Amino acid sequence: MNDKKETEAAVDATAVPPLGEAKPVVINTRAKAPVRKQANRRKFIRSTVMIGGVLGLAMLGYLPVARARNSRLRPPGALEERDFLSSCIKCGQCVQVCPVAAIKLDDIDQGFGVGVPYIDAREQACDFSCDAVQCILACPTGSLTYTKPASLDTRAGMPLARAPVLKAKEKDPEPTLNLSERIGVARLAHPESCLAVQGKGFSGQARGADFRGHLRYVAVDRWQPIPVRDHPYERDLCDLCVTECPIRDAIRMQESIAADGSKQYRPEVLEQCVGCGVCEMICPVDPAAIVVDQRQPWSA
Amino acid sequence: MSQFERIRVMFGAAPRKPTLVTPEAKQVHSLKRMTKADFEAIKQHARDHELVTHKWRNRRWTVLILANLLFTFSFWLDIQILEGALTASRFVGFHLIDLNSALQVMLAHKHIIVNLFIGTATVFVLWALLGGRSFCSWICPYHLLAEWFEWLHLKLVSKKLVSEHEFHRGTRTVFWVIFALLAVVSGYTVFETISPTGILSRALIYGPSLALGWVLLLLVFEVVYSRRAWCRYVCPIGLTYGIVGAVSPVRVEYRLDKCFHEGDCRKVCLVPHVLDVVIKGRAADMTTPIGPDCTRCGLCVDVCPSGALVFDVKGLSKLL
Repeated sequence: MNDKKETEAAVDATAVPPLGEAKPVVINTRAKAPVRKQANRRKFIRSTVMIGGVLGLAMLGYLPVARARNSRLRPPGALEERDFLSSCIKCGQCVQVCPVAAIKLDDIDQGFGVGVPYIDAREQACDFSCDAVQCILACPTGSLTYTKPASLDTRAGMPLARAPVLKAKEKDPEPTLNLSERIGVARLAHPESCLAVQGKGFSGQARGADFRGHLRYVAVDRWQPIPVRDHPYERDLCDLCVTECPIRDAIRMQESIAADGSKQYRPEVLEQCVGCGVCEMICPVDPAAIVVDQRQPWSA
Repeated sequence: MSQFERIRVMFGAAPRKPTLVTPEAKQVHSLKRMTKADFEAIKQHARDHELVTHKWRNRRWTVLILANLLFTFSFWLDIQILEGALTASRFVGFHLIDLNSALQVMLAHKHIIVNLFIGTATVFVLWALLGGRSFCSWICPYHLLAEWFEWLHLKLVSKKLVSEHEFHRGTRTVFWVIFALLAVVSGYTVFETISPTGILSRALIYGPSLALGWVLLLLVFEVVYSRRAWCRYVCPIGLTYGIVGAVSPVRVEYRLDKCFHEGDCRKVCLVPHVLDVVIKGRAADMTTPIGPDCTRCGLCVDVCPSGALVFDVKGLSKLL
């Protein structure tokens, strides 16, 4: 409002006042005009610079997004990365409902991904101990969704061939998980370090005494996930990735007979793998022999 | 005049001088037989006996802090009353979605699901009733921080250590349009990346983040260069809520008859342009509602020594 008045005053000063109306006020305004004009110009320049500065800083957010495409494992039910970033309202309701606290929020170093949820499977994988994929239920914008609208992108190999069966509720009338697309797919990245491939067993805490991750062990407690360190293992042949996988028929231990007649083992990922990352979390060798390739489609 | 008195008169008794007169009425009575000297004396009296009150400020800070703590504790203590963050949440299960965040998501994603619509509509009605920009001063955590740093800024200005730089207020409208266009064109919620409201709200709930550095930078800028720059010249959230609250029944009302035109209100105001009406000769009527850009923070109500600015609910005051 002030600016408008000042501009009007400046305009008035240049106009010739009609006879009989030349009041002292007008003369005053005329005297001030050049100063005001200059002040206004400065203000305008300052404002323009400020707009440019703020927009420039905001657009910097594009750099990490452009560089780091597909670098994050998103929560189950996430739309394709681009749609995901555009629709996520950054409220963290998915974080709040996760019983194993698998979901974390990204920081500003992820640019437009600030406040957007991701899962670090090695630290804490999604083990579906909520049974119903609560994060999807919590999402208010459909960034995480049970059924994707047809208008949105779907890549080949992302939809699951059939509804995944959750081992924990295999005996329930409805044993399947309400999830239609995978979030990634597991891969034996370092077969040379895999204990099963080496024919070795495993005993003790899978990830050591300091590991903070949780997992649901149905035999221990159907409803309450417990720390992995409180559940030591004793295996003649390490098959943790196979036994702890929450999904039926998503991974199996492949057996073969070598040329010398000895038995050989190797975990084999199957098409039902949803990419939850429990195998990556539980793998006792460091770095994990088996990892989840985030957002990768299934390829036979 | 009490109802009893009125009935007494109806039955034939002569009216008596009232024994109890409200201070407000007294003031009006005295105004009616005043000379200039009297007026100056009253003004001086109001000044001398100025009630330094922080009634509205304290109420507002309490509400703001409690609202933000409710978010925090709903998660930390798992009491689940208000889940989510300021951008989107559930209040005992009901979706609430920040209007500007909703706008950004709708424009960027171009697909609106039912929950998003319900949450947005609920919040729209809520703030249309409660005064639009009252979101800014009664809820937004950045507003509170900025208020504290503004105190520091004013201190430094009064000691001539820094000088005040104003921007054109139209910049906020420019930002609003550009951020809306950017969302449509880029498909990203660009503004959310730099929104100190979202960053602070998430930090309060999910723990500190690097993004707080940006918020600190904004605060430093406001301290050393320009008073309340983010809220005044940039934040599109404020404009969105301002539009929503344009016809809101909750507002501050200006009463010409009580005003000495000393301008204390304009000095404490975040948006002094809405108080243009208090300048001598500007008021068109005896009472004037303050415009939609007003954040209903109540600082002017607290500071006015003569009660010329008061909170008012349109319709309700007439009913009572």
